[in-house]
Amino acid sequence: MHTPTSTRAATGAVYKMPQEHYLNSTYGIRSWLLTTDHKRIALLYLLSVTFFFFVGGMFATIIRIHLMTPQGFLVTPETYNKLFTMHGVAMIFFFLIPSIPAVLGNFALPLMIGAKDLAFPKINLLSWYLYILGGCFVLYSFSTGGLDTGWTFYTPLSSVYSNSAVTPAVLGIFINGFSSILTGLNFVVTVHTMRAPGMTWFRLPLFVWAQYATSIIFILGTPVIAITLLLVGLERMFHLGFFNPALGGDPILFQHLFWFYSHPAVYIMILPAMGVISEIIPTFARKPIFGYSFIAGSSIAIAVIGFFVWAHHMFLTGESVYAALAFSFLSYLVAIPSAVKVFNWTSTLYQGSISWDTPMLYGLGFIGLFLIGGLTGLFLACLGLDIHIHDTYFVVAHFHYIMVGGAVMGYLGGIHFWWPKISGRLYPEYLARVSAIILFTGFNLTFFPQFILGYLGMPRRYHSYPPEFQVLNVMSTAGASILALGYLLPMMYLVWSLKYGTVAGPNPWPATGLEWKTDSPPPTENFLVTPEVTWEPYDFETRPDLELDHIVAGKLPAPAHGDD
Amino acid sequence: MHRTGELYGQFETLEQQKESAALGMWVFLSTEVLFFGGLFMTYTLNRHYYGVAFGVGSNTLDLKLGGANTVVLILSSLTMAMSVWASHVGKRKATTSFLIATLVLGTAFLGVKVIEYKQKFDHHLIPGYHFQIDYRAQHPAPNDDPKEIEAEKEELSKAFAKDPDLNAHAQLYFSLYFGMTGLHALHMIVGAGMLVWLIRQSLLGRFTPTYNTPVEMIGLYWHFVDIVWIYLFPLLYLIDRHR
Repeated sequence: MHTPTSTRAATGAVYKMPQEHYLNSTYGIRSWLLTTDHKRIALLYLLSVTFFFFVGGMFATIIRIHLMTPQGFLVTPETYNKLFTMHGVAMIFFFLIPSIPAVLGNFALPLMIGAKDLAFPKINLLSWYLYILGGCFVLYSFSTGGLDTGWTFYTPLSSVYSNSAVTPAVLGIFINGFSSILTGLNFVVTVHTMRAPGMTWFRLPLFVWAQYATSIIFILGTPVIAITLLLVGLERMFHLGFFNPALGGDPILFQHLFWFYSHPAVYIMILPAMGVISEIIPTFARKPIFGYSFIAGSSIAIAVIGFFVWAHHMFLTGESVYAALAFSFLSYLVAIPSAVKVFNWTSTLYQGSISWDTPMLYGLGFIGLFLIGGLTGLFLACLGLDIHIHDTYFVVAHFHYIMVGGAVMGYLGGIHFWWPKISGRLYPEYLARVSAIILFTGFNLTFFPQFILGYLGMPRRYHSYPPEFQVLNVMSTAGASILALGYLLPMMYLVWSLKYGTVAGPNPWPATGLEWKTDSPPPTENFLVTPEVTWEPYDFETRPDLELDHIVAGKLPAPAHGDD
Repeated sequence: MHRTGELYGQFETLEQQKESAALGMWVFLSTEVLFFGGLFMTYTLNRHYYGVAFGVGSNTLDLKLGGANTVVLILSSLTMAMSVWASHVGKRKATTSFLIATLVLGTAFLGVKVIEYKQKFDHHLIPGYHFQIDYRAQHPAPNDDPKEIEAEKEELSKAFAKDPDLNAHAQLYFSLYFGMTGLHALHMIVGAGMLVWLIRQSLLGRFTPTYNTPVEMIGLYWHFVDIVWIYLFPLLYLIDRHR
């Protein structure tokens, strides 16, 4: 069987950029800041989430340098508290949550379903402005005293005792919440009402299913964190006592309300990444995805079950043992739809014609890292074991495997996958593969030692540690510096490719989605003629329009076990 | 996206546009349910913890004003529904007048709410350092009915016997009272603003039997805000009321 190393290298075709597209149809700063084009709004988001990623990354860098010695030599304990808090707030609320939905979802979702735009383009622009306004509040908090409550804002520390700038931060997150809600609302309505003729629910790309599931969480979860943080803000400003035991309030209630959103928020971060992977795997394995309806259904299942597991963050608060049992059981249950996805992706790879393009490297990296992150999540859902590893670096390593190893890998995979569509040009393939491998190596070196640290008992959020933990901490810091290189390289070559990259043509991979049937970059109205869908999703076998023959030398090997 | 007449460029047909708007509004309202839900949860838990203090708090509210306000609000829902109907059948004048009636009733509700808040302010029932649940019993105004004050004193002394920390817990009740009714009032104010815009559009003759989506959508929002009050009224005014 012939396995091409890169499908792109084999095409040999030369393309020209389209004359008019969404990037050059109008000029000037106003045409960007007042745009209602979902593709331009996606780019506004791309710039702003990248900014917050580097803000959060900066805090992480200082943390890792500080932890190179047991006593910690760089910052005071108070500053250390602020650093990990601000790292969490910037990364979770202003990078991870909006990253894939607001950048890739905004860009690709209307194209993938054959729509001219989202259902509410002005609301889409409004949600970007809400994001920016919320971001300004949070940056104000960072720069006027910082924030030291942990990203979890536990009361009464956040509402009474903390001397840092909590109020602007909670207001910023409150405002930013409405940005998420409006994005979710837009996506749900768009998927329901804007699909092109023939684009039935079970012909939707799996990325769209994942975005739909994410949007449900946006709509039903985010308002709860909004009201909760509003109450914390009111408590701080007006001496109210909802969550303050000294005034009769209940701090545990805060934790319930907080995690009612913040656990589903984990699925806000990982579900869209799973959607990206479901696009990448069949494209670079040249095979219809295995178990389409199971992957689609498992996204919805994760969103639904995800709402009923929140109290597993609170096993040590003295909650009722029966509640703990139920939440432990329900948390195990999330493993089922997650495993359904992983098994289906691997089954898709089986007997596929795999090419090692950059998105595929990120995709395969995702599967491996998500597997580790997911399985260690089961350790934490286990009542007895959680008592030992609760609040240790084990937890830190677990959620970084999900959020960085999972969500960020998925995000970068998606950026590379859709970059030809976004910019019309190809990124330098060799450099991109090298940096994907650097990133994977750096990531594992940073976070795997933290599993061991946590298991040995190093608590999270401490600014110093016993000397016997130094070797593992130095390993982690060394890994972080490699990881940083893995993030900087794509930044640079993607910008470089905007001007010097090879012109991509409409469908460089080739992939089966509708977004690849229009020009790269697409025209402002996406499709000059409304497309009509007559084929099944991920059909690499019977689509004459894909012209696979000239891409893969020789005929494609027929999959030994089709999934229909 | 360009707009041709009433049809926005991203849509193919008016039906599609209307369907999207309706679904969008319902999705937004489900968000709102969860938004208020956090407060309702806080209320439920504290009502369970501090039933005595919450009963005392309920008793300080003015049932007549609250009851009258409930009627006003239900009437405003009726006029809103009438204006939606009028816009469907193309009665322009009726649409406008029903919208104006809704706005007047909504404003009346907010006016009564101001009177109620003022009373609480006078009786030191605003949460904060000067909150004092028995302020009115200790410092009755000259025109207060002495019998009523006696009854209140007796109720308070019983309540203090059951719950020595009554003041703090009653303060929680009032935090929730102001939080919940305040958030509700904020929604009313936003709704009133949208009504002003609707009335203007209606006067300009923008609504026809084929295009009346804004009236219908803002109508949905208005009904939702009314329903929230239908829950707030018994929770805050009626439960444990025995005077």
